[in-house]
Amino acid sequence: MTKIISETGFFDSQPELKSRKYFRLLISNGRLWVLLIFAMVVLPLLVLASSWLTIETEIWSHLYQTSLVELLKNTLVLIIGVGLGVSVLGVGLAWLTAICDFPGRRFFDWALMLPLAMPTYVLAFVSIGLFDFSGPVQSGIRSIFGSSDWFPEVRSTGGVISVMVLVLYPYVYMLARGAFMSQGPGLMETARILGAGPWSAFFKVSLPMARPAIAAGVALALMETLADFGAVSVFNYDTFTSAIYKAWYGFFNIDVAAQLASLLLLFALMALLTERMTRSRGHYHLARKKDQHRIRLVAWRAVAATLFSSLILAIAFVIPFIQLSIWLLQTGLRELDSRYLGLAWHSVQLALVAGTITLLFAVILAFSQRFYKERWLKFCVSMSTMGYALPGSVLAVGIMISFVWIDDRIAGVLQWFGISSSGPVLVGGTAALLLAYAVRFLAVAFGPVDTGLQTIKPSITSAARSLGATPADVVRRIIVPILTPGLLTAFLLVFVDVMKEMPATLLLRPFGWDTFAVRIYEMTSEGEWERAALPALSLILVGLIPVVILVRRSAH
Amino acid sequence: MKKVVVSIVLAVLAIIILMTVRSLIPEFTDVTGDNVQSSEEVVVYSSRKEHLIKPLFDLYEQQSGVKISYLTDEAAPLMARLKAEGRNSPADIFMTVDAGNLWQAAEQGLLQAIDSEVLNSNVPAHLRDADNRWFGLSVRARTIVYSTERVKPEALSTYEALGDSQWQGRLCLRTSKKVYNQSLVATMMARLGEEKTAEVIKAWVNNLATPVFSDDTNLMEAIIAGQCDVGIVNTYYFGRLQDETPNIPLKLFWPNQQDRGVHINISGAGVVKNARHPKAAQQLLEWLSSEQAQEKFAGLNKEYPVNPQVTATEQVASWGQYKADDINVEVAGRLQVAAIMLMDRVGYK
Repeated sequence: MTKIISETGFFDSQPELKSRKYFRLLISNGRLWVLLIFAMVVLPLLVLASSWLTIETEIWSHLYQTSLVELLKNTLVLIIGVGLGVSVLGVGLAWLTAICDFPGRRFFDWALMLPLAMPTYVLAFVSIGLFDFSGPVQSGIRSIFGSSDWFPEVRSTGGVISVMVLVLYPYVYMLARGAFMSQGPGLMETARILGAGPWSAFFKVSLPMARPAIAAGVALALMETLADFGAVSVFNYDTFTSAIYKAWYGFFNIDVAAQLASLLLLFALMALLTERMTRSRGHYHLARKKDQHRIRLVAWRAVAATLFSSLILAIAFVIPFIQLSIWLLQTGLRELDSRYLGLAWHSVQLALVAGTITLLFAVILAFSQRFYKERWLKFCVSMSTMGYALPGSVLAVGIMISFVWIDDRIAGVLQWFGISSSGPVLVGGTAALLLAYAVRFLAVAFGPVDTGLQTIKPSITSAARSLGATPADVVRRIIVPILTPGLLTAFLLVFVDVMKEMPATLLLRPFGWDTFAVRIYEMTSEGEWERAALPALSLILVGLIPVVILVRRSAH
Repeated sequence: MKKVVVSIVLAVLAIIILMTVRSLIPEFTDVTGDNVQSSEEVVVYSSRKEHLIKPLFDLYEQQSGVKISYLTDEAAPLMARLKAEGRNSPADIFMTVDAGNLWQAAEQGLLQAIDSEVLNSNVPAHLRDADNRWFGLSVRARTIVYSTERVKPEALSTYEALGDSQWQGRLCLRTSKKVYNQSLVATMMARLGEEKTAEVIKAWVNNLATPVFSDDTNLMEAIIAGQCDVGIVNTYYFGRLQDETPNIPLKLFWPNQQDRGVHINISGAGVVKNARHPKAAQQLLEWLSSEQAQEKFAGLNKEYPVNPQVTATEQVASWGQYKADDINVEVAGRLQVAAIMLMDRVGYK
């Protein structure tokens, strides 16, 4: 087996001093950078935590008496449901396309990632439009059979879980697929030769070895589930996030909202730490196998695989896409005006720049975690990826308040030099927004970079060094090539996520910096789903480009 | 070949990043911020949707030469932004829907009182703040909608009566999380008292045909499809649906005509406490309440003009005359928290 336990990183056969030297080639002082990033993420979290200074007992006791227990239960059900759903769907599909061969595999290999381009709130309102009592599906059933009473209630726990699973499974699919592909079928063959049946080979060998990747994907999906407000509000499913918004939008008590949000964060942190602890027994270093000898599915198995993949693709992507197109045709193109070019440009521009910044931060964090052994540093890195579990608007407000605070300090310093500024420096430009994206999506970029880094065997770099390669050679010829797929995945994931991001964009965008997501908000917040079809389709189409690149790249 | 592609991609990325650098910090128009009382610009934070305000702003820019910048978002985040920005806020006007939101903004000290003859005469007293911090600009009614196929209008009378047993399993409601329902319940509490209101809401919940909806349009579509027979919606949602299907089998009913009247709500605005251009902001608000602008302001969203001199559009007028509740809409703000708690207690989700 290719499992090698490493404690120190790449250069465990080398003394500490030399490994530092390599690292300096990448970033001159890693600890400092980590601290800077950590501060940037923690500042808004501190803003949230400071809300505990005043405690509004009336609202808390009301929440406790009426809804808190139910909200916690609902949230737990959602988390478990989505967690199971994305694991089964993501891993199953990844297994099919990465290891097996069946009719249409080449197509499904990339097509199954397409739902990634679909924002959760869009799939939510499209599914309700399609499958609710008044939608075309149930209406059709009624016109044929006279009754659609047996049709399951769409606006229900099952409905919201299904929508989230369908949107979020690509995270698991992508990361698991990468892991299975790097295992190659050779591993399975070895297990089979040693006497394991196909199922036990899968569960005892392949699955455990892909576990870090799967866990990273599930963690991303669950953090997004915890933070989601769009889909749960379309389905009117009350979660912990709903309570946060009720406290803020209804009771106008931003402190209680922040307190609830910091509790949510605590849950997420605990879950993440548990996951890390159970995994810390060792790192799994995988050897990339080039032999593409696949398990060929035949007869009913092949049919079933094709049908299942088609079904998932149809309900998660094709049908919603068609529904949006129909709405677009119904409303006509009256929404399309010259500003759409501007919307597209702003969306792409923000996504590209934010992707670059976030990727840079993620690389710094991942490398530091690998090279420095200090516990506090590892803690800083873990904390820095927590922004993803917070509801977007809450994080956005935390970021805004902390940036405004920094702005005041900047103004103070400027005044000291005799310059009086006329307004905020950070908030009001794109700087605040870009940093907000970075804080929010650091986890998304960190996952693939970190998993990529873990696949680099320490022995490879040691061997390279002993064969006379300079540290620069090691970075250029070994680390960069092995890491490139992970870096690209991270960049494109952040790109797509930034395109879809709504609350922070709304709150922090400079005047006139409208994006597709902003247009969708303008339409959907008043229930004009049909009119949102144009910006939604545009967003999906622009988001598709990176998804296709992602797949073509990883399919090699 | 591959290297060439990679370098081109990286070059394009670098160019885009460089192009963004300029936008990292905002451009500053006036250097000092004080003294220069430029009336050339007004900045609006709005939770009224862009497509409902932009045509008016465009018109005003043309007529007056004043430049209007605006930022749209939900009311609560915009208020948080105003609060955080404090004295440095670029905003001059805060515009939002629902009296509850306006009342909150005033309560949090985000708005300033303005003394304007024009606004006082254009906006009826019960649709503006007693201390002149905010003013209604358009009116919408939240009323009963029913299926013309399955309901006789004689069967309908009041909001309260929707709790009667004849509506068992026939009522559709929108979520209590929407501020429109919170305002409706808040005014009921002011008129009927807390105990009676709680009974009514409880009876509504018992009559529900299906879990509550997250928007009014879905609710009306459910009535058309036969899932339920009556519901409560804002008038303009009905208007939009009517545009799509002219022979829609739905009709609006005006309840409580024998007593307090139909529940109405407003969209409105006020001048921000630390406005840099308070004069220009006031002038814009005055213009928005004028006969010239009101028809368009209300008409764009199929609402009723707030200015009594202006008549509603033909479509809106075709829904009929009604007696509206003339309680000051600020009660929606004052009782909002109590209303939400009441709805939570009786299980209205």
